[in-house]
Amino acid sequence: MKRDNIQLNDQGRLRHFLTIEGLSRALLTEILDTAESLTSVTEQSVKKVPLLRGRIVVNLFFEASTRTRTTFELAAKRLSADVLNIHIAGSATSKGETLLDMLANLEAMHCDMFVVRHDRSGAAHFIARHVAPHVSVINAGDGSHAHPTQAMLDMFTIRRLKGDFYPLTVAIVGDIMHSRVARSQIHALTTLGVNEVRVIGPRTLIPRDIESLGVHPYYDMKSGLQDVDVVIMLRLQNERMSGAMLPSESEYYSRYGLTEEKLSLAKPDAIVMHPGPINRGVEIASSVADGPRSVILQQVTHGIAVRMAVMSMALGNPPLRQEGTP
Amino acid sequence: MDKSANSSMDVEPLTKALVDKIQQRLAAKGIADPAMVGIHTGGAWIAEKLHQALALKTPLGKLDISFYRDDFTRAGINPQVKPSTLPMNIDDKHILLVDDVLYTGRTIRAAMNELFDYGRPASITLVVLIDRNGRELPIQPDIVGAHMDLAPHEHIKLQGPAPLRLIRSNTE
Repeated sequence: MKRDNIQLNDQGRLRHFLTIEGLSRALLTEILDTAESLTSVTEQSVKKVPLLRGRIVVNLFFEASTRTRTTFELAAKRLSADVLNIHIAGSATSKGETLLDMLANLEAMHCDMFVVRHDRSGAAHFIARHVAPHVSVINAGDGSHAHPTQAMLDMFTIRRLKGDFYPLTVAIVGDIMHSRVARSQIHALTTLGVNEVRVIGPRTLIPRDIESLGVHPYYDMKSGLQDVDVVIMLRLQNERMSGAMLPSESEYYSRYGLTEEKLSLAKPDAIVMHPGPINRGVEIASSVADGPRSVILQQVTHGIAVRMAVMSMALGNPPLRQEGTP
Repeated sequence: MDKSANSSMDVEPLTKALVDKIQQRLAAKGIADPAMVGIHTGGAWIAEKLHQALALKTPLGKLDISFYRDDFTRAGINPQVKPSTLPMNIDDKHILLVDDVLYTGRTIRAAMNELFDYGRPASITLVVLIDRNGRELPIQPDIVGAHMDLAPHEHIKLQGPAPLRLIRSNTE
């Protein structure tokens, strides 16, 4: 099993972080625990630890992102790594250089880690299969496949605010079909052993075989939000869907938009999460997004510690070198 | 390693001796309100005892130096790492830095680096329960419970938290 999983090295430790799927509960818990320890760096007057001093982290973004790229950059800098930000639209790939040539060039510059965001599913896996043995790849979102660091910062937020996972009922609301965030969240929540995962949305936006992932589909908010501990709203991704999937934004809002009224169906202490960027008045009311139960901005802060944890774990588990001094 | 453990020692007399020596030193230097910082895990256990016995006003700080170790690229990150907690401003403070066993000196180097990322202390006094031979860095203790001369295959380790016992073992 270890052999098959490209994410783990021969000792079963994290080498690349591409998807939650196939990772153990112990490893996900290790990520959360390491992130917890790294939060104390924020309390230092010098907000840096020297773990990745002298390492080079490349943010390779083939698709626009502000929050994810910024928090990856900040995480790398807090670990004392040097960071290169490469926007592909403005790079040599537009001059006809292939992706693999470009990676080879970056490796020749002694880069240690690629943080990859791409609009094609499987892009980060493809890169991980082709990098040099000392290079780690972190998936910062690939097509509609996975966004594992987002899912882990959500798990971190849930654990901090709710404690144990096993008694919780978590509802993920919106466009499940196109959401890499939802897919990664579902794998993380089921691996960490929550009581129930629900997905709520219009039939056109919920994959028909979703139950095979161990979740319960609901097609209306009234039954879906009943007694829920955590509500995760997803962004309506207009850029990823063709017109027929959705009647109109206003109808979507009236049926699936999270208003105070709909939120009152959940448990009184339920928290509201959103991976951002939020579309106010499309999937969430401003009064909820800015309200006391919203933890959306805490998610952003937690993203830094979780990304620090993943980066230091992946780069701290180098391939076994020849047995030398202990 | 554990099965070859061949002797165990009570730490109570050593911590008592440390308390006396710390008091003498504080008096000699005219330091009224020092801050104590223990290094995870053994140093923090000893620091808890000393902090209580000395009735220090500033709350006890604890450092986990995992993120400052010099063997990260070889050993990776320790999954059991604890967050550091320094519930005081260490700027211009006189710090009593406490560890259980001083051996190579690398832990103390890392701890001082971490302390300076929190601020600029007025002074750091190094307090150790056991000072054993084998230093690899020019770091020496100021206050020592006991000195030990051990062969390279001999080890001394603090076991705790209750009761605290020093375990001496031989891996040869």
